[in-house]
This record gives sequence, structure tokens and C-alpha cells, in this order.
Amino acid sequence: MRPVVALLLSASLALAACQREERDTRPQSALGSGEQPIPVTTLEPGGQRPSPADNKAASFEANAFHLSEGKRLFGWFNCSGCHANGGGGMGPALMDEKWIYGSSMESIHATIRDGRPNGMPSFRDKIPDDQIWELAAFVRSLSGNAPSSAAPSRNDDMMVHPSENRMPDAATLGKSP
Amino acid sequence: MKQATQLAAFCGDPVCTDRAPASRKHFGVLTATLLVCAPLLTAASQPPPAPAISPPATAAPPDDGQWTMPAKNYASTRYSELAEINEGNVKNLQVAFTFSTGVNKGQEAAPLVIGNTMYIVTPFPNIVYALDLSKPGAPMKWKYEPNPEPAAQGVACCDVVTRGAAFADGRVFFNTLDGHTIALDANSGQPIWNAHIANINIGETITMAPLVVKGKVLVGNSGGEMGVRGWVKALDAGDGHVVWTAYNTGPDKEVLIGPDFKPHYDMDKGKDLGVTTWPPEAWKIGGGNMWGWISYDPDLNLIFHGTGNPGPWNPDLRPGDNKWTSGIFARDADTGAAKWFYQWTPHDLHDYDGINEQVLLDMNWQGKPRKVLVRPERNGYLYVLDRTTGEVLSAKPYGPVNSSKGVDLKTGRLIENPDKLTGTGKVVRDICPTASGLKDWQPSAFSPKTGLLYIPHNNLCMDEEGVEVNYIAGTPYVGMNVRMIPGPGGNRGAFTAWDIAAEKPAWSLKENFPVWSGAVVTAGDVVFYGTMEGWFKAVSAKTGDLLWQFKTSSGIIGQPITYRGPDGHQYVAILSGVGGWAGAIVSGDLDPRDATAALGFVNVMKDLKNTTTAGGTLYVFRLP
Ligand code: HEC
Repeated sequence: MRPVVALLLSASLALAACQREERDTRPQSALGSGEQPIPVTTLEPGGQRPSPADNKAASFEANAFHLSEGKRLFGWFNCSGCHANGGGGMGPALMDEKWIYGSSMESIHATIRDGRPNGMPSFRDKIPDDQIWELAAFVRSLSGNAPSSAAPSRNDDMMVHPSENRMPDAATLGKSP
Repeated sequence: MKQATQLAAFCGDPVCTDRAPASRKHFGVLTATLLVCAPLLTAASQPPPAPAISPPATAAPPDDGQWTMPAKNYASTRYSELAEINEGNVKNLQVAFTFSTGVNKGQEAAPLVIGNTMYIVTPFPNIVYALDLSKPGAPMKWKYEPNPEPAAQGVACCDVVTRGAAFADGRVFFNTLDGHTIALDANSGQPIWNAHIANINIGETITMAPLVVKGKVLVGNSGGEMGVRGWVKALDAGDGHVVWTAYNTGPDKEVLIGPDFKPHYDMDKGKDLGVTTWPPEAWKIGGGNMWGWISYDPDLNLIFHGTGNPGPWNPDLRPGDNKWTSGIFARDADTGAAKWFYQWTPHDLHDYDGINEQVLLDMNWQGKPRKVLVRPERNGYLYVLDRTTGEVLSAKPYGPVNSSKGVDLKTGRLIENPDKLTGTGKVVRDICPTASGLKDWQPSAFSPKTGLLYIPHNNLCMDEEGVEVNYIAGTPYVGMNVRMIPGPGGNRGAFTAWDIAAEKPAWSLKENFPVWSGAVVTAGDVVFYGTMEGWFKAVSAKTGDLLWQFKTSSGIIGQPITYRGPDGHQYVAILSGVGGWAGAIVSGDLDPRDATAALGFVNVMKDLKNTTTAGGTLYVFRLP
């Protein structure tokens, strides 16, 4: 019995010695995994590359139906519980010109899908992807970043702020630059 | 009007027989007092009698000049016997030293002073600092960083505050936003134990200051806006293990309701009311959190704690009385077993959490000596309860209230105003007080010298609209659009001295913003509180006259304390740094164009951003 164990042991040791760490000498491109990584900063050593655009963004962005669906979902998924009707509360204001993680459709989509470290939950397993795009489009309309012809107008609820289609662009507050 | 009520207060015998030397400024008032009170003055030459209203001695032992728990003592009087700083000299107060907490969120905590050391705990990330008071400038002795999970910030309803630490047996106990209770060695700052008792993934956080009673650390959870089931836990002060847990909703067994439970009113009697007064299963996500204050009566061996609002705010989703939310429990200090319960606001319609401070006092009530508990409640009434039974002796509004029409002293029940019932799809206007209450967490102070309770509070009203809401664990469960507006008179805050025996205000000061700071009162007849503009004020305990004020660097929402320093002199300390629910517009940089931001508070605080900025700083004052 004993010699067998010794043999096995030495064999496995020998095998382990042959095992070398694998090194990928040609790393894949930064994009790699199937998902769309969205930079959360504008700082890119070596010069700025254009952020990758998702072709879903454009189809959802200026669409009145998707915007109004986004508005409904904003209440449905309790976004309004943390962000109020855009003015913020437990989460930051979404109707102002300040963005921590970027104002693009792609960034907002990533925020909702993956969450953010200081308390934005990840809704990856709760909200289907198309509805996340609808939410992203609606979030942009809160700061006046949606065509007024498409953005939601007054609803029947308590008047809490000017309707989204009358919301001035938060960055310029309606003033021409 | 003010003058007249002042005189009434002066004629209560504690004041007339125990007059402090008046400054020239008060001469007029004093002469009037002398005339009105003339018959009583004969007593002045005799030693002053025991005060008519005073905390039980076991719950408020003689002052040793330290400040070991936020409420000063188990009776929660926030009264200091120090009198070096008094009505006459308080105008000379100067800054002794300052210290930046390094955190730009709302500073609601009370500093503690034990021996030669001051301890402060900051809002998230809940850093604890120990400052050496025996050296010039109070240099840092140690600091402890618990590194709470950043994600906790997203589930804290109303800024990422903490209300302070507690000291016992050489240890500093405090809570972190992400649900840990931690014991530190007070000398070295080394952690002794760390108990993880709340789960941010279901929306639980901890913002309250713990209270240490008989070797147990009492802690409750926050999360009334997230559908979190409320509880209070007792942790062993030695090693942090959970000795008992009392839930505030659910079956009697889990609420620790047993044979000893004897509520005074019929509405609180019955089996498993924590289940049967809810729609099926709703109690599991029904709130009733305990994020406020606990008092303790060593003679009765009872702790007293309130319970928060039921969830969601929209009442249509939870028909029934929603036991045991928005009420108060008396529990056995050793086992947590419930002794009695009283519900301030059955089936709450307006987010009237019941977690405010309770001041334990002994007094004559209608000729009979009673052990009472005084509670300025969020729903707008100043309650006096018999703390042995939970019977309501008095419930008088201490400010504008229209959401209810009083309290029926026979049944104990709040009488709702049918015009202010909220519900889905209905906008109800001008409800007073607001969701934040006539008074929120900001604790009041009681002076046995004046018999007055000094109440920092709000003067706000609101419009409410119930909306549909889904329960998703870890997200808000509110279902109400709220928009707050200033209350009658336009002043959004007030500081009221309440004459407990006379059941009416002695005087009241108007403040532009809600008074979101606590108060402290001293044997020098000075009351300290802060304003959201950043003024730290000293007013006369007798008249409310402003005696001194100092403009700190940010709005004040903290709890003032006073202590005897290593040099034998009296000091006063306050944390400045705006935030909290009322100041979230500044600390969270919220957008004032949305009336519902910060659960509706932003609408009434739009100008705060142009008044003050965030930033936590400790200020300590002394006489020159
Ligand atoms: C539990 C509270 C909570 C809920 C629910 C919530 N958020 Fe957030 N949200 C936050 C917090 C906190 C942050 C800030 C995170 C950070 O700074 O890391 C945030 C950040 C964001 C941002 C980024 C803002 C910026 O300036 O870059 C967007 C966009 C956003 N949330 C949208 C949503 C949407 C849409 C929903 C509903 C699907 C939602 N949030 C639900 C708390 C919440």
C-alpha cells in the first residue's frame, strides 16, 4: 500500500511542477465580454476615444411611446421612491445638469442595469433590457434632454414640477448659450 | 400675549421662590413678576423646596459634569446642573476650540465627554474621534474608521445621519449606517466587538444612538420608508451577542408580548394584534421601526421606546390599526417582555412616526403623585402618560394641528379629522403637521428649576396624494406624493417652552427654518439650541429672551451638550453641519424645482441652498 501512495504522490508533485501559469500574451480588446462597458469618466490616458454607442439608444431616445412608458416604469420600479420626481432624495437629483456617471443614454442604461457603488441598486434581474432603455430615455427627459414633441406632458397627479415636455435643458436652463 | 404667558410661568412656585439674579435687561419683567407674585415671596428666605416636577433620582443621578449618553441620563432630561455659565454671563461665551469632522453630511450626533476625553461620531462613514480635552486645542487621541458599505447610503431615507454614541464601562458603543453595532475600547479606540445586525439589502439601516442599560446595548433599525419590519435588539455589552429581539409588528411571540402585557386601553388588547390589524402578510413589510430614543426607569425596571410609522405611507394598502406601529412600548429591561403599549396614531395616514424622546418625571397630577412620561409627539400633541400603566393623562397640541381633532381620553384614541384622510389618487391639501411632524427626532430638554420642557420643533403643513406602489425589497415603499409648505404665520420652525403642569406654552420663539437641533438646559437657567442658518443660540430658560448667539460655519441640526472640562470650568459643545431630512436639499444637493424631492421636504426649504452650505464642524465654547 505504502509504495503506491508514495508513487502517486511523487507523480502528482512532478505534474504540478510542469504546470506553468498561463499567460495570455495577446489580451483581448477592452470590450471583451459580451456587454457594453461604458466609461464612467472622460479621463482616458493616451487620448480620448469616442465612447461606443449602442444602436438601441437612438431608437428609444426620441420616441414618445417609449418616453411615456419610461415614466410609468419610473414609478412602477420605485425609482421615484429614491429620486422623487427627479429632484432626488435618497438618490441624487436627476433633473439637474450634474451627472456623476454620465448623461448619455448608454451611461444611464448602464447605471440602471449594473447599479452604482454609493447606493444605486442594480436592476439587472428585475427589469427587461428594453424597459431599461425606456427608463433611460425618460431619465434624460427630466433634465430637458428629450424633444418636447415626444416628452411626456402634464399628468393627472399632483403638480410637482413642470411637465417633462416643458422642462428646460438643465445644462443651459433654457437660455441660449 | 407673550408677556402674559411669561408671567404665568413666573408664578409657578419653582421660579418665584428660586430667583436667579436678573440682568438689567430683565428688570421690567422682574418687577412685574414681583408684583404679581408678591404673596409667594415670603417663601423666598427659606431654603428652596424640592422642585414640583423632577426626574426620578435613580434615572437622573447628581451631575458629575460628564456627558455619557446623548440624553444626558436615563430620564432623558438633557438638563445639566452646571451653573458657571448663567443668564448673566452667557453673553461672554467664546470659542474654546473647533474640530472638522471631515464629513459633509448632516451632523445630528451629540458629543460625549468622559473624563478628559470627548468622543464624536460622524454621519456615514461613521468615523469616531476621541479628542484629548486635557491638552490645549483638544488634539486627536485616536480615530476609528469602521468603513461601512457605501451602498448603505442609497437606502437611508433622510440623509446618512447618526444620532450619536453611548459610553459605559470603559467602552464606546455606536452604530453604523450599514447595520453594525460596534464596541470600542474608550482609551485606545480598538474595536472589542462588531455585531452585524441589520441588512441593507432589505432596506435596513441604523441611525439611532444606542442606549446601554444593565450590561445590554439597546439598538433598533431604520427603514420605515423601505417596507422594513421594525425591531429593537438587546446586545450583550460584553461580547455583542443578541440577548433578545422584540419586533414591533407580527405575532405576539415575536413582539415579546406575554402574560405580563397589560395595556391600559381596550384598543390595544387582544391576541396577535400585530398580525390581525393588517391585511394578510402586510405586517412583514409594515415598518414600525425604532430609530429614535429610549428611556429607562431603574425603579420600575422598564425601558420605554416608540415605534415608527407603518409602511407604506399610502394607507389604502393597509386597512386596520397596524399594530404596533406609531406607538410606545414599555418593556422589561432584562427580557424585553412588553409591559404596556399605547398607540399615538392608530392606522397612521401621514407618516407620524412615534419615536420621539420620552422624558421621565415624577409630579403631582391633579393632586396625586404620579410617575409620568412626557412626550412631544410627531402628531402634534404633548402627551403626559402614567408610565406605570400607559394611561394618557393629558394630550394638548403644542402647535398647529388639523390632521386630528384631539385625543379621546376615555378610549385613548386619536380623533381623526375626516377632511384630511389620505388615499390613492386623491390630493388632500393643507394637512398640519407634516410627515416630519410638529416635531421630529430633535430632542427637547427639561429643567426641574422652571418645570418647563424646551421643545425644538417645526411649523409646517403639506399636501398629500396617495399613489400606487410596489414592494421591491431594498427599494422605497412609500406610495405618497408629498409637498410641504410653511405652517400658519410663515415661520417654519419654533422653539417652545411648555409648562407641563399648566398644560400650555410658557413662551414660544419663532424661527425661520424648522428647528432641527436638539436642546440642552442648565442650572444657570440657560437653554441652548441651534438653527438651520447656523446660529447657535442661548436663551433665558425663564423668558426665552435671546442672551447670546454665535454664527457657526453651517446649519445646525445637532444636539448641544455641556460639561465640566479638566480645568474645572463649564463648556458647551455642538456639532454644526446641515443635513438630515430637513437639510437634505443642501447635504444631498437636491433640486428645488421638484416639490416632492426628499419626500416633499425640499418644497419648503428651497431657500436653504442660498443660506448655508454643508460641512461638519465641532464647536466648543467657554467663558473667557
Ligand atoms: C434605493 C434607492 C434607489 C433606487 C430605488 C433607485 N436609485 Fe438611482 N440612484 C440611487 C443612488 C444612491 C444613486 C447615486 C449612486 C452613486 O453615486 O454611486 C443613484 C444614481 C442614479 C443615476 C445616476 C445619476 C448620475 O448623476 O450619474 C441614475 C440615472 C439613476 N440612479 C436612475 C434610477 C432609475 C431609473 C431607477 C429605477 C429603475 C433608480 N435610479 C432607482 C438610489 C436609487
